[in-house]
Amino acid sequence: GVKVRKDKAPPGDGVRGFVKKLADISDDEAQEVLEEKSYVSSLGISAQGSAGNGSGVSGGEVYSFQTPKRSSKMAELASELAQTPGQSVEPGHSEGSEKTAKTPQNSSKKYTFLLLMHVFNLLLQSKKKEAVSTTPYRLRKRLPAPDLSLESESEYSASCSEEEDEEDQQEASTLSSGRKTPAKTKASCTPPPRNTSARKNKKDKMNNLVEEYFEAHSSSKVLTSDRMLQKLRKRRLDQQTLHDLLKKAPVAYAAEIKDLNQQHESLFSKWMLQLHLGFNVVLYGLGSKRDLLEKFRTSVLQDSVHLVVNGYFPSITVRSILNSITEEVLNHTGTFRSPLDQLEFIIRRFREDSSLELYVLIHNLDSHMLRGERSQQILAQLSSLPSVYLIASIDHINAPLMWDQAKLSLYNWLWYETTTFKPYVEETSYENSLLVQQAGALALSSLTHVLRSLTPNARGIFRLLAQYQLENKDIPSYPGLSFQDFYQQCREAFLVNSDLTLRAQLTEFRDHKLIRTKRGADGVEYLLIPVDNSTLTDFLQKEEEEV
Amino acid sequence: QQIQEDLNKQLFDNLVSFLRRSHSGFQEKTTEWTCRMKTREIPTAALVLGVNVTDHDLTFKSLTEVLHNNVTPYIALLEAKDCPGIKNLMRKLIGQLMNCRVDVDSLEEEDYVQVSQNRIPCSMTSLISWYESVTKKTDAGTPRKRRTSSSRHWQSPPVVVMFQDMESFTTRVLQDFIVISSQHIHELPLVLIFGIATSPMIIHNLLPHSVSSLLCIELFQSLSCKEHLSTIIDKLLLTAQFPFKLGEKVLQVLINIFLYHDFSVQNFVKGFQLCILEHFFCQPLSVLCCQLGDVKKKVNSLSHNQCENIRRLPSFRRYVESQASEQQIALLTEDNSLKETIQKLLEDLHIYHENYIPVLRCLHVFTSSLPKYPLGKQIRELHCACLENRVWETEEYESSLQLARMLNRSDLVTMLQQCVEILVSSPGKEFDEPVEKLKEFLTQFQKLEEEAFQEWDVSVSSPKELQKKTDLYHLQKTLLELKESRRSKKLTKFEMLRFEVIEYIDSLVRNYLVPADHKTLHEIMYFNTASVLREHLNAAPRIALHTALNNPYSYLENQALKSDGGSISNKAPDICIVYKLHLECGRLINLSDWLEAFSTVVMGAEGPNADAASSDHVDDVIHARFIRAVSELELLGFIKPSKQKADHMARLTWGGC
Repeated sequence: GVKVRKDKAPPGDGVRGFVKKLADISDDEAQEVLEEKSYVSSLGISAQGSAGNGSGVSGGEVYSFQTPKRSSKMAELASELAQTPGQSVEPGHSEGSEKTAKTPQNSSKKYTFLLLMHVFNLLLQSKKKEAVSTTPYRLRKRLPAPDLSLESESEYSASCSEEEDEEDQQEASTLSSGRKTPAKTKASCTPPPRNTSARKNKKDKMNNLVEEYFEAHSSSKVLTSDRMLQKLRKRRLDQQTLHDLLKKAPVAYAAEIKDLNQQHESLFSKWMLQLHLGFNVVLYGLGSKRDLLEKFRTSVLQDSVHLVVNGYFPSITVRSILNSITEEVLNHTGTFRSPLDQLEFIIRRFREDSSLELYVLIHNLDSHMLRGERSQQILAQLSSLPSVYLIASIDHINAPLMWDQAKLSLYNWLWYETTTFKPYVEETSYENSLLVQQAGALALSSLTHVLRSLTPNARGIFRLLAQYQLENKDIPSYPGLSFQDFYQQCREAFLVNSDLTLRAQLTEFRDHKLIRTKRGADGVEYLLIPVDNSTLTDFLQKEEEEV
Repeated sequence: QQIQEDLNKQLFDNLVSFLRRSHSGFQEKTTEWTCRMKTREIPTAALVLGVNVTDHDLTFKSLTEVLHNNVTPYIALLEAKDCPGIKNLMRKLIGQLMNCRVDVDSLEEEDYVQVSQNRIPCSMTSLISWYESVTKKTDAGTPRKRRTSSSRHWQSPPVVVMFQDMESFTTRVLQDFIVISSQHIHELPLVLIFGIATSPMIIHNLLPHSVSSLLCIELFQSLSCKEHLSTIIDKLLLTAQFPFKLGEKVLQVLINIFLYHDFSVQNFVKGFQLCILEHFFCQPLSVLCCQLGDVKKKVNSLSHNQCENIRRLPSFRRYVESQASEQQIALLTEDNSLKETIQKLLEDLHIYHENYIPVLRCLHVFTSSLPKYPLGKQIRELHCACLENRVWETEEYESSLQLARMLNRSDLVTMLQQCVEILVSSPGKEFDEPVEKLKEFLTQFQKLEEEAFQEWDVSVSSPKELQKKTDLYHLQKTLLELKESRRSKKLTKFEMLRFEVIEYIDSLVRNYLVPADHKTLHEIMYFNTASVLREHLNAAPRIALHTALNNPYSYLENQALKSDGGSISNKAPDICIVYKLHLECGRLINLSDWLEAFSTVVMGAEGPNADAASSDHVDDVIHARFIRAVSELELLGFIKPSKQKADHMARLTWGGC
């Protein structure tokens, strides 16, 4: 089986490999397999009711990503959660049993077995397609080839695979006529165990996980419902109303969260000691650590020089951090050619003057602006100075990947888990998430702001472009308005008199990031307003009101 | 304060021992390779340092020091992060060279250097002219000063350029530099040193043949990091000098981090520092953890509270319980008698340490050469085993004794000699008797040897007898007889003696290698909370997030949140609910479905009393909460906006977590 897998097996071989693995499961496991089977089948029966997708898929459905009826599943879970407040789910329920399979505490065997079933089914399905298109003869011709290698491996496996061949063959012929429940028939033909199978099994399972992953990510088609937020929504929320609404919402478990935070606060003196001894402190865990760090700052660092870096701020750069150190801490006026020079200067100053001490607090060290390799390198070097004390927080799940061994040793971290469960109010307020509607409001206000300061002609030009874009909003691959066409339109509206004036105007727009230009495939320049359509509509409405 | 001092001293010691170690490794090498310089090619040393990148800094620093003292004053240490281009490289190089020249020569040159640095022509020619001027000046200008140093330095000292992390340099920069410098090699005696973390093949991978042919490469292998570790453990843990000791679990954790994560000695030292820190911070009685000389003073100055603390120690309680009843009362009520006992106990503990280490080494001598290493190859493994529990009760110990009983004579003798050496060199006072005993064993072995020669003659004769018998039947019979006699025969003298030796070693072990947990007041000296260490050094942020999201009850201990299995209550924080729902989805998540599901859950949690009439307002709040939760998930990196489909989020994680 392993050999077959190695050289990018055609689907048929793959199927056989999996089948063989099923066959390889040793005797003591066979009992378990039987249990699993009944388990899966019961699952299948119950899932049939909801998904109606054939019992074969049900095993895989538990852990897959491409099962079609996902949305209904989510709704189901939601309704179920709503119904059973804080209690465990009764085991008989199909959802409940599925969920227990999902918990990580569950035996890995079960888990991999289900995975395996799923992959197996996927492969079978793909083979089905193939079998329909090609003749059985070709299939047979392709299959025996790897057998030669298998035969040398062990007598038994060869015979076993031959058996499977036949079954495949049978299936291929039956499949063209009708449907079957292949998984179970396959699994039931569990032959006696082989002594060397255990090790192999493991390897196969690993392979399986990997293959499963690529299976899930290979096809670009994802099935989700087509419902849109816009249909659901009455109005969009902007940042302010969002904020107000959230204030109204009661904070859950305030007492517990407070307790939790008090625990963390008791660590302050320890942190101070450790910072002074050359370690740096990094905080991780769910919840905003901003308040905690603020508290630390106000209670401990009041009398010392400290620098607070809001890493979540979208325009923060290492350069600005270094600048604030050189200018405000070291009182140095002067520019530097590169951050490296600046860093060197800082290092030298701190080395020379041992009385200098600086506390650096960085909220969200893993933010978009600071997570780059070079900025991390600079920060690490900075933090490795004995008189610079760094205390930072990270949130991203993959944040530790930022650091390699060298940086880690420069940082000299001590990790502290500070799960606060506090909402990330500040941190997320700058985020330009697609769902949060504040983006529109911001863009709208900036649009009107900029345009108000322009000449009427310029406003007219912009309006023209906006109107054109809205007219074409239904074209999915709308490239923008080509410069020549635009020029023509502007001339007709008596807005510009020459190519040059239009270009000058456009440059101004571009500087304010109101438009974007793009060169098409034919070399023509296309103009586009990088604002979503609803905002644009709002904008035009407002403009008309004013006019 | 005292604590701090103690700590700093130890840290310093740490580093010094490490440095010394690496020094000695390079000393012989450097002298060796500077001797051979070829005219056409650039002499190059490739140092294979291993994967413990973090230690390279220290290694290179010490190497620079050694070279500076012994070979040449002109050393430049280049790191990849400073040199993105050839220009930066040259600038850095020249800057470093000229700076270090200032160190060597007097201050009068400084203004000259300043000038040149301001200009920074940054070319090889300027470097050469600088070099010539420097060597000339030192030859002619300040001959006296030069003489003193050049007695160690060379007539025309080579310029050493070190590339600390060769793999991370851009190939172009390296190639250019090598080509340029090779053209000037006859004017400028240049020596390159490459620090390599992976394998020497990397040079040929990075540099094309035309460039690498300009180099004359000699390979050096640095000591493996494991050896560094053993020396550090030797110097720090296996001495009675430092009162602070590591418990078994902690040591295990540290070694595991070392072996499975980074192979970095520096990180090991860091972990050790952390242990010291934690110990002194968390254990109020750690004031007593100091040199034996100070103990008396410290014990006398103990406050009543501290005495109470001591009474609360589990090991001390055990001790009290084993005492007579009037003594018990005295210990528990009178501070003064307590102090006396403490002093005595601490002295005992100190003596225990003094004895423990030599015996451990002796045992190591015996076990380290046994086949299959039942007790481990390294002394640290043995140390761990001894700390964990009574070593003589373990199976491994049994089997190793079993094996030791089969050792041959010469091995045994050398081992005994080693043991005698170890015991003699140790400071403990109780070892006179064991040394005597072992010496006695040695002399007995010698005697045996002499006897064996005589016996040999006897035994040689017996086969001759055998040969005489030609009759097959008789032969068989005599062979059987021989076998019988051999089986029934008493053990030879040698075997007896060997048995005795092993017995004796066994008794030594039983006497001295009692695990520290069984000693009274071990809490003062031993740091044993491995979990703290693991938490801080080897944290798992992702797991923390995962548990917080999946099982908020573990953090927020509210009864309403309690649930079992994988399910989650609908009263959980918003983000947990949203997270749980998102786990149900595939690669893409439809936001509107998600929101609907979320509101269903939350409405369900609020119960039927939230009537449908006011749902309009509630919906807004729920919506806002949903938005917040989703953007929090985005911040955490679980999802990101997707452009594939309108109003969809893409999942970034795979599987259950």
